Amino acid sequence: MSNHVSTYKPQSNIAKWFDERLPIMRLVHDSFVDFPTPRNLNYLWTFGGILTFCLVAQLVSGIVLAMHYQPSAADAFNSIERIRRDVNYGWMIRNFHAVGASMFFIAVYIHIFRGLYYGSYKAPREILWILGVFIFLAMMATAFMGYALPWGQMSFWGVTVITNLFSSLDSVIPGVGTAIVTWLWGGYSVSGTTLNRFFSLHYLLPFVITGLVILHVWALHVVGQNNPTGLDLRLKSDSVPMAPYAVMKDAVGMFAFLILFAWFVFFLPDYLGHADNYTEANPLVTPPHIVPEWYFLPFYAILRAIPDKLGGVIAMFGAIVVLLFIPWLDTSRVRSTKYRPIYKWFFWLFAFSCLALGYLGAKPADGVYVFWARVFTFYYFAHFLLVMPIVGLIETPKQLPRSITEDVLGPGGGIPEGAAAAPEKR
Amino acid sequence: MRNTVRGALVAVALVLAPAAALAAGGEHIHYDRQQWSFGGFSGQYDKAQLQRGFQVYKEVCANCHGMKRLSFRNLVQPGGPEFPAEAVKALAAGWSNKIVDGPNDEGKMFERAPLLSDPILGPFKNENEARYANNGAYPLDLSLVAKARTIEPTAPWYTHIFLMLRDIATGYQEAGPDYLYGLLTGYVDPPKGFQLADGMNYNSHFPGHQIAMAPPLAKDNFIKYQDGTGSLEQNAKDVSAFLAWAADPSLNARKRIGWQVMLYLIVTTLLLYLAKRRIWARVAH
Repeated sequence: MSNHVSTYKPQSNIAKWFDERLPIMRLVHDSFVDFPTPRNLNYLWTFGGILTFCLVAQLVSGIVLAMHYQPSAADAFNSIERIRRDVNYGWMIRNFHAVGASMFFIAVYIHIFRGLYYGSYKAPREILWILGVFIFLAMMATAFMGYALPWGQMSFWGVTVITNLFSSLDSVIPGVGTAIVTWLWGGYSVSGTTLNRFFSLHYLLPFVITGLVILHVWALHVVGQNNPTGLDLRLKSDSVPMAPYAVMKDAVGMFAFLILFAWFVFFLPDYLGHADNYTEANPLVTPPHIVPEWYFLPFYAILRAIPDKLGGVIAMFGAIVVLLFIPWLDTSRVRSTKYRPIYKWFFWLFAFSCLALGYLGAKPADGVYVFWARVFTFYYFAHFLLVMPIVGLIETPKQLPRSITEDVLGPGGGIPEGAAAAPEKR
Repeated sequence: MRNTVRGALVAVALVLAPAAALAAGGEHIHYDRQQWSFGGFSGQYDKAQLQRGFQVYKEVCANCHGMKRLSFRNLVQPGGPEFPAEAVKALAAGWSNKIVDGPNDEGKMFERAPLLSDPILGPFKNENEARYANNGAYPLDLSLVAKARTIEPTAPWYTHIFLMLRDIATGYQEAGPDYLYGLLTGYVDPPKGFQLADGMNYNSHFPGHQIAMAPPLAKDNFIKYQDGTGSLEQNAKDVSAFLAWAADPSLNARKRIGWQVMLYLIVTTLLLYLAKRRIWARVAH
């Protein structure tokens, strides 16, 4: 953290010489070795490291795929098949990249809900949280454009449906929406030109994400990690050095996650995709159900829940934009939901609403499905705009422990200050 | 044990299925899941079955359908039917659908017999010719059909999560071949009062039940294998397996490597966990 005194000692004359000129080893040491980590972090805190792995894995596998992929309407689908059939281990790289996108979203959703549950968005972590929302947005854009690249039926029609949403702006200023859509497509319909620019942007955006991730980690290291109690680090015994404690736990979490990852890569590579995407894009044939990838389904349900097209688009984007404001919408004095007896119920209701919206997003937009999509869409927004401000004001939180140490060791555990513990010296 | 569980699930599904069909409003076609040698997280292709399946493709399907993403050489490669190279060379040389090559020294395009490296083409040069010859219908390329088709669960919505978890746990990826088998064995007499359009055929497993493709196999019209056996069901199953291989030729290697990776990951996770416990034993947490 910013007030943490550097303990880096160069071990050789070369290291000393280097440290006086570019203290990068000092930065690494202070950020990832001696960095004070709350001693009570659970496995949900390993998802930050898992997400870093996911990003790097997508970058590496994506760069290799781009060496074999042809971003043109005539060749895109064929080149993916050549990767699957003729490139050495191409099937593995391609499965890894396609499944990797889903794993990235599984991890990011767990990471976001962990932040929501333990109040990781509250002061002083507002900027950290907002950067996270931007990363999430950039991830969605990247995934959307990436799904276009195989140029199957679902790729083509997914792009058609989603880009067409912008034409709803015509109802605000006539002509503007159509102009934007034409500009996005690079023509008057979704075509090879659209595919070409999506490929370009799909290659660019991951590096934008990388930049945002660096800022995210930087902000994290200024304010320090939140923890299950939501308390600040006060005593020396509240924290342990990141290496080896948190590093070791992160490694366990990451390898456990990789088991799930590998299960899908090797045994269920097509489970998370759509059969229709094994049929080459055909502008003349519309598939019976156009469904986005699973990680977009809750937002797709919100889009279709609103009877007005422009309203639906605003609600869908609003569902993400609202996340930017929750550091100020939540009026509670305590961070962690563990100590919030009323809000706890609303949190789980919110989590259920998101899952329900995901289910409804995959169903046809008629009858009883639309009704429930409206109910859960209402709650999605009500949770942030009504529940968070009101419950925070009326709720009496449970008694908080005086420190993280006391929470771990029981009453009196952390007192007198720093005496019993200082574990790293034992 | 597995069959008991499956039987129980089928029983539950049978009781609940009508409710689901009513709830969804549309007609849900039920497809039986078949036993495939390549099914689940450990299955591998049965070489003999793929060879029989190719025979059915060659003698029946190939009259209309090509497999352009498959080359003759793929029939020789490990993890497939693994025909002897000489036999496939002869097969390619005698393949009636020729390769258009050229231009030659005189600047003319010419036709030649396929080599091992050439794709397995159908009889039609382009979509227009195919539609013209088939009463307006288009016999699609079969290279990917086993991946491009799927089956929806016919169970009620509240069981979907359990079906999903079961499929994830068992590594179920055979929806395509299950569909193909259902389709190939689904040519039956139309129910009374069913209005069949001109030139169409009734199929109980095709969405909408009207299919342009005439029955490729029938109870009394099927391919006899070299050993003299054969039946409609056997043909349908073998050719579905062959098409599954054509759409996913790396399956054998994928699952073999998959288990090596899983073993490595599980052992490493365990070792890391033990190391982590040891390190964290130094602090109360």
